[in-house]
Amino acid sequence: MKAQEMPAEPSGATGTAAPGETSPRRTRGLGRYLLAGIPALALWMALYWVLEPFSKWVAFDLAGLAESSRLGMAVQFFLFEAPKVLMLLLLVVFGVGILRSFFTPERTRRILAGKRESAGNLLAALLGVPTPFCSCSAVPLFIGFVTAGVPLGVTLSFLVASPMVNEVALVLLFGLFGWKVAAIYAGTGLSIAVFAGFVIGKLKLEGWVEEWVYATSAGAGMGGEEQIAWSDRVSAGLQAVRDIVGRVWPYVLAGIAVGAGIHGYVPTNAMAHLMGKSAWWAVPAAVLIGVPMYSNAAGIIPIVQALMEKGAALGTVLAFMMAVIGLSLPEAVILRKVLKPKLIAVYFGVVALGILAVGYLFNMIF
Amino acid sequence: MNLDIRVAGPGCRNCQELEARVIKALEDLRVEATVVKVTDFKDIAALGILTTPGLIINGKAVLQGKLPSVGIVKGLILEAMRS
Repeated sequence: MKAQEMPAEPSGATGTAAPGETSPRRTRGLGRYLLAGIPALALWMALYWVLEPFSKWVAFDLAGLAESSRLGMAVQFFLFEAPKVLMLLLLVVFGVGILRSFFTPERTRRILAGKRESAGNLLAALLGVPTPFCSCSAVPLFIGFVTAGVPLGVTLSFLVASPMVNEVALVLLFGLFGWKVAAIYAGTGLSIAVFAGFVIGKLKLEGWVEEWVYATSAGAGMGGEEQIAWSDRVSAGLQAVRDIVGRVWPYVLAGIAVGAGIHGYVPTNAMAHLMGKSAWWAVPAAVLIGVPMYSNAAGIIPIVQALMEKGAALGTVLAFMMAVIGLSLPEAVILRKVLKPKLIAVYFGVVALGILAVGYLFNMIF
Repeated sequence: MNLDIRVAGPGCRNCQELEARVIKALEDLRVEATVVKVTDFKDIAALGILTTPGLIINGKAVLQGKLPSVGIVKGLILEAMRS
């Protein structure tokens, strides 16, 4: 029965053989979308640029709040940041949704299968960013990767990078902190994923994976590559907007509202001795508080931004964020199905160490 | 021909929603089928599903990692019935 289905598998073959026939139709589709997309993008940019003057006009002229008053500052902050971040989210999530239609988990697995450590870890971490999967898929993905010959450490690099470096986190960091912090976050997040997977690979902990995992023979799955038209990619982008923006917008608004409150009412430097550079224990404390907190980037980053503005140090704040997003207890519970407790402990320990290192490093540099 | 439909997923929201849509699609099409939920990770992996929810019709994985509309589910069912 299984063998009968195999002919569908010759992977890659269908993906490379067809372009002669289908590509004219696909590129024509692309042209049409570009034609519609450019004016839409121009409109988006125009709106984006008027947000700040508009928020000031509403807060200070229309509502008549004083520019230096606490309420005025909080209201203007919210009116500017909330639509700004939501607009950035719309654009980037749409773009990433299209990008993701090029990366299926199966293609990623095929690329990673049989790769050796180090180069494999780096590749896995990089592929973890665009490959789409939700947290409830972590276990089937793990089994599928490991049984297809992707080394354990490489698989874990993938699993660390995927939630930690994600488009929502990057958009919020870019929108609220600027591109430098977003780039630093992406770079260090990927480094931690590579490092953690590499270390676990070197420790040879395959024995701490539940025995039945390696005994499972993963099925052929969907088989060959599907040909995707541009119209499907665009609708994948729209679907991503509906799913992701539809899910996170209340958190974003709530987070920015709290952030606006801190912005207006908490005195500058209030956080300096609590979360500032001089407090050596701030980084581990941030990680310890962050791990059991289960939130997404959308809710946590606006708060973190406000804390930083009031004197919290960048490294401490980054460590806190990474601990909240990258390590979570529900994830540990899910992974317990395939990993023995000892391996989960090592996994969390190594990732937490990486986060600590990043925290201290940035407190030292900045 | 007896139609055998499996919905693979550990029980997350998308998986439950997919099962509901499969049942809706079958009702709309007036097609009889056995619909089974596959929740055990070992069985999910054996079906070759990497990302949930997965839809398997007559032993063939036709969709995974995304929640299709009822219309798409109908199309997949009809396609499987033809072949």
